[in-house]
Amino acid sequence: MELFPSLSFSVLCIQILVGLSKATILFIVASGLTLILGVLRIPNLAHGSLYMIGAFTTYSIATAFSQSNLGFWVALLLAPLVVALIGLIMEQGLFRFLYKRDHLMMLLFTFSFTLVFADLVKLVWGSDYRSLAVPKIFQGSYLLLGMPFPRYNLFLLLLGPLFAAGLWYLTNRTLLGKISRAAAVDREMVGAVGVNVNLVYAAVFVLGCYLAGIGGALVAPTQNISQGMDHSIIIEIFLIVIIGGLGNVWGALLGAVIFGLTDAIGILVAPQFGIVFPYLAVITVLTFRPKGLLKSIW
Amino acid sequence: MIFGIFGKKSLPLVVLFLVGLIFMPYVAPRFYIYLVSAMLVTGLLATSLNLVLGYGGMYQFHHAVFYGVGAYTTALMLTKTSLPTWVAFVSAPLVAAFFGLVIGLICARLSSLHFGMLQISLGSLLWVIVYRWYDFTGGDDGIHGISMPAVISGTTPAYYFILAITALCLLLMFIVIKSPFGRILQALRDNPERCAAIGVNVIRHRILALVVAALFAGVAGSLFVTLEGSVFPDLLFWTLSLEILIMCLLGGWFTFFGPMLGACLIISLRTFAGNYTEYLTLILGLMMMLTIFFLPKGVLGFVNDLFRTRFPGQSLEESSHAPDKISTKII
Repeated sequence: MELFPSLSFSVLCIQILVGLSKATILFIVASGLTLILGVLRIPNLAHGSLYMIGAFTTYSIATAFSQSNLGFWVALLLAPLVVALIGLIMEQGLFRFLYKRDHLMMLLFTFSFTLVFADLVKLVWGSDYRSLAVPKIFQGSYLLLGMPFPRYNLFLLLLGPLFAAGLWYLTNRTLLGKISRAAAVDREMVGAVGVNVNLVYAAVFVLGCYLAGIGGALVAPTQNISQGMDHSIIIEIFLIVIIGGLGNVWGALLGAVIFGLTDAIGILVAPQFGIVFPYLAVITVLTFRPKGLLKSIW
Repeated sequence: MIFGIFGKKSLPLVVLFLVGLIFMPYVAPRFYIYLVSAMLVTGLLATSLNLVLGYGGMYQFHHAVFYGVGAYTTALMLTKTSLPTWVAFVSAPLVAAFFGLVIGLICARLSSLHFGMLQISLGSLLWVIVYRWYDFTGGDDGIHGISMPAVISGTTPAYYFILAITALCLLLMFIVIKSPFGRILQALRDNPERCAAIGVNVIRHRILALVVAALFAGVAGSLFVTLEGSVFPDLLFWTLSLEILIMCLLGGWFTFFGPMLGACLIISLRTFAGNYTEYLTLILGLMMMLTIFFLPKGVLGFVNDLFRTRFPGQSLEESSHAPDKISTKII
């Protein structure tokens, strides 16, 4: 007797691939959050809002350039920069003065940013949802194991390892990465040896926001761009960062893969309660490894 | 001891305030009676959060879960069973406290930020279940039109019921804070290592604090059902939890009445500013930012400090136990 009659091998494989391509976007956004959390110690709830702003900006830029085939690619280049600029203003204008404060204060401060951003997005783009077509090259799907697999998801799948490698190189092999890792451990000591810590903090924050913007740009063609997408993503990426280990980029990757896979398979097993499974996975992980799977910088 | 809630100077003012609350339904229009009831319910919820947040120093990020559990328990008992009404009202806090115990057992050994995040994931799990389980909880529609017994249905009777229960709960919470247990809780907030060294069981005390806070949140939940006659999954959503955190911060989380004041401020802002502008959360967010920058101890904490510099040796509210420097050490 088969337990799940609809669950054939090829369906399962495709679903796993779809889950992994979703995990790519989660990983890119979560890695930005984990960098900010690890180095600056800001539990940045506004990260989800930046992701949403990234998606909306992508929509606007892509539709502005819709005559040429390159609309989406221009947007993918520019929208994260816009988000990074917003991040720079946030950090240099406000967060800079609050580093001495309690974490709870920071959390609430970033939450007030989510409130402000939610209404600003409503002000600029209205409360209707938008949708963006997948770029021309990636329209249609490939046949894998007799099942259709969207080309755009394949593109996302390839992008994931690329970003992981890039972030690994940045944090382990470049000067900025090394300084920021040192600043995460002991800010005052790094300042004492003559590094401009303020600048490093700003750079890491901007980089984190840039990653949120990229995540928003990449997700734009795959789902409706709507108000409220900030709320759903921020909890997911926070959980990913927590189960991966705070401040650990590889942890974010691992967490994103766990989250994406349990989500994708959960929908197959129990359609109505599919979204329960990632949360169950998180609870299981945290019950056995309270500090996350990989070593946390904290 | 009960008078210890207030300094001697503010006592006449408070008595006047209470008398005003009792006689309010005779003079105020119905809308205002409803509004004050809503303030009391939300204020009770925020005060119960402050029990673990301000006094216990725990990062209770998802307190609304217990509120929602209380509300859903009352609603389900009233609609799906034929048990007497009082059972529904008594069981709501008990079920909420049970959930508090379970979540506490899972979370309490974690340090602050991890504690809060695990709580959010557990709470989100519960939210998803409520949101999707159409047969039992009504799913995202919630349950509407829950009929109350005649004694507490209608705006004014409901108001008196809510006022009485809220006052009782505030009194009980104050007794908890002043009890040896409450003192230990504050000591745990200020220096957990030292408490552990002198033989306090840190984890057990934290779990107990969470259970007590969940109990009162459950009461607030069932009062919400009395007031609105409906429940919906938003009661368990994490944005509500952050909103009550904001209420605690705005009012002042090292004072007993701060959260209540914060709830009143935010609800009145929501009600009255909502008439003029569509962009309410923008205003709320900006107001929060200003509070964090300029009034980190909250409105009541600020007033308290002011009062102390004007009249040295006295304070407006004797229960406030603000440590001079809020701990920045987290893990």
